[in-house]
Amino acid sequence: MIEKEKINWIYKKIFTIRFFEERIKKIAKEKTVPGYLHTCIGSEAICVGVMAALNQDDWISSTYRNHGHAIAKGCELNEITSEIYGRKTGICKGRGGSMHISDFSKGMLGSFGIVAAGPAVVLGAALQEKINKSNKTCVSFFGDGAIHNGAFHEAAGLAKLWDIPMIFVCENNGYAEATATDWHLNTKELSDITKAYDMLSYIGDGNNVFKVYDISKKAINEAKQKNTPIFLEFKNYRFSGQYEGDTQLYQPQEEIDKAKQNDPIKLAKENSSKYGLNKNDLEKIINEAKEEVDKAFDFADTQPWPQPEDALEEVYVNYPVEINR
Amino acid sequence: MTIKTVKDAINDALVQSFEEDKNVILMGEDIAGGKGREQYQGTQDAWGGPFGVTQGLYTKFGGERVRDTTIAEAGFFGAAIGAAMTGLRPIVELMYVDFAGVCFDQMMNQAAKVRYMFGGKQKVPMVVRTVVGAGFRAGSEHSQTLYSLYTHIPGLKVVAPYDAYDAKGLLLSSIKDDDPVIFMEHKRLYMTSCEVPDDLKPIPLGKGRIRREGSDVTIIAIQRMNLFAEEAADELEKINISCEIVDPRTYSPLDEELIFQSVKKTGKVIVVDESNPKCSLASEISSLISEKCFSDLKAAVIKITAPHTPVPFSPPMEDFYIPSTKKIIDAVKKLKDV
Ligand SMILES: Cc1ncc(C[n+]2csc(CCOP(=O)(O)OP(=O)(O)O)c2C)c(N)n1
Ligand SMILES: [Mg+2]
Repeated sequence: MIEKEKINWIYKKIFTIRFFEERIKKIAKEKTVPGYLHTCIGSEAICVGVMAALNQDDWISSTYRNHGHAIAKGCELNEITSEIYGRKTGICKGRGGSMHISDFSKGMLGSFGIVAAGPAVVLGAALQEKINKSNKTCVSFFGDGAIHNGAFHEAAGLAKLWDIPMIFVCENNGYAEATATDWHLNTKELSDITKAYDMLSYIGDGNNVFKVYDISKKAINEAKQKNTPIFLEFKNYRFSGQYEGDTQLYQPQEEIDKAKQNDPIKLAKENSSKYGLNKNDLEKIINEAKEEVDKAFDFADTQPWPQPEDALEEVYVNYPVEINR
Repeated sequence: MTIKTVKDAINDALVQSFEEDKNVILMGEDIAGGKGREQYQGTQDAWGGPFGVTQGLYTKFGGERVRDTTIAEAGFFGAAIGAAMTGLRPIVELMYVDFAGVCFDQMMNQAAKVRYMFGGKQKVPMVVRTVVGAGFRAGSEHSQTLYSLYTHIPGLKVVAPYDAYDAKGLLLSSIKDDDPVIFMEHKRLYMTSCEVPDDLKPIPLGKGRIRREGSDVTIIAIQRMNLFAEEAADELEKINISCEIVDPRTYSPLDEELIFQSVKKTGKVIVVDESNPKCSLASEISSLISEKCFSDLKAAVIKITAPHTPVPFSPPMEDFYIPSTKKIIDAVKKLKDV
C-alpha cells in the first residue's frame, strides 16, 4: 500500500510538470525566452514515478530534457523558471539555461546536453557511495537514442563489472530527434542490449505513474540487495517535438491520437479514485499545481538580469579571475 | 548571379558534388529525418539536419548515399575514414562542434595520421561538416567554436567560411580535397546572404581574402567576426580611419602571405576571434605576425577574443562573451593614436 502523503505528492508533481511544460510551450510560441527549449510532455509519469522511489539526497543525472526531472527531484519552481528566463536568480545563475537545469543540493549531479554523458557520471557517484559505504540511490535518466552511444555502453559495462547498484532509466519515448525508435533499434526490445552485460533489466509502462513507481522501488531494492546495476526501460510517447519549434512532420497524427489514449495525465486522473482521491481532492491538487506554476512564471519575469561580467565567475574553484578576461 | 543564403549555398555545393562524383556520400543524425515513418506522407526529409541545410538530398539521391545514423559519432566518423581510404568521399555531419569530444579520437588519431604514419601510401578524403558559434542562446554545450582544437592537429585541414560565396566555393574544394577537412558552419550566418554565381568555381583551400582594402589598421577577422569588422570599418570610415579587413577563410593551411602583406602595409593589427583566447587562432596569428613581421609593426598586435570561460546562456553574459563591434572600434582608435 502506498501512503496517502505520497499519493498527494505524486499527483501534485505530475500536474505541476504538465502545467509547467504547457507554459513553456506558450512562451516558446510567444518567443518570450531565448534559446532552445525541450519539453517533456508525455514523460511526467516517468519523472514522478521514479523520483517517488527516491529520497531528496539520492543522486540523479538528467539531459537537455530535464524540466520534469528537476521539478520531481524538488528543485524550486521559481529558480527553474528564472533560469530558463536567463535571470540572475536562476538555479544556475543564468549560466546554464533550459538545457542545464541542475541543483546539486537537491541531488542533481547535472543535466547534460551531450547525449549519453550522464550514465558514466552517475556510475562515479555510485562508486563513491560504494567506497564510502553510504547508501544513496544513484539513477541516470537518458533517452532511447542514447543507447547507441559508446559512453552509455562503457558505463554499463563498468557498472556490471564493479557490482555497482546504480539504476539506468531509459525513457523510450518513440523518437530520438526526428528518427523513430522502431527504426533505430537493432534488438526487438530496447532493453535487450543489456544482455551483452548480463545486466538485469525490466520494461515498464511509462505512462502509468504508479507502475513506474512500483518497478523503480523494487529495482532499487533488488539492485542494493544483489549489488548489481539494473536497467529500467519505460515506454511512453514524446508528444512534444524534439524542441519547441520542431515541425514534427515525422510524427503521424494517427500515432499521436493513439498515444493520447495513454496520456500519463489522463491515466493519473482516471486512477485517482482508486488511490483514494475524490473529485474535490483532485481539483484542489490541480488548482494548487496550476497556481504554483503561474506564480513561478510571474516571478521569473520580474527577476533581474545577470551583469555581463558575471560571465567571468566560477570557471574554476581557485583561479585568478582577472586573467579570464 | 543569384542571391543565396549560406544555408542554400552549402546545400547547392552538396548537390553539385553529389552529381559530379558518385563516390560522395553523406552521413549524420537526422540529415534526412523521418526514418522509420516512410510509409506516411510528408515524413521524408522531414528535417535536413537541425538547420535544414541538407534538406532534399535524401529525396534526390536516396538512402544509400544519404544515410541517417544513430547517435554514434565515433562509429560513423570511423566508418567515414575507412570508406574514404577505400574510395568513397564521405561527408559526415557533426551536429554541433561541441560534440567533437565524443568522436575526437577518430579525427585526431586516425583521420589525421593515416597518411603520415602508414608511410604516405594512403589518403583520407573526408569532410566533417559541423556547426559552430555563440549568439544563439544555446548555452555552454551548443555554442563553442573550437577552431583551434582541430587546427592544432597536423593532418587535418580547417575551413570556416563567412559568406555564402565562400561557403559554396570552399565546400566544393573541401569535398574534392584528398585530405580530411573540417568545414565549420556558423549557426548565426546560415541565413545571411550574398551574391553567388551559379557556376562558381571551387575556391582553393589556403587562400585568404581581403574583404576591404584600407591603409591605417589591419583587422584579421575569423568567420562571423567579419560582420563586426565590417561594421566597425564603416563607422571608422566616417572619422577618416581606413581599415583593411583580412578574412583568412581557411586556418589550416593558413594564408600567411596575405596576412603579412597587409601587416607590412598598415603596421597595426587587430585579430578578432570568437573563441576562447588561450592557444587560439588569435594567439597563433598574433604570434606569427610578431615572429615574421616584427620590424613592420608600429604597435603590439591586439587580440579581441572571448574570455577564458565557457559560453554562458543568459543574453547579457553571452553578449559580453562575444567580441563586439564596439570593442573593435575602441581597439582601432587606440592603435590609430600610436
Ligand atoms: C553526442 C551527441 N550527439 C548528438 C546530439 C544531438 N541530439 C540532441 S538530443 C538527440 C536525440 C536524443 O534522443 P533520445 O536519447 O531518445 O532522447 P529524447 O530527446 O527522446 O528524450 C540528439 C541526436 C547530442 N546532444 N549529443
Ligand atoms: Mg527518445
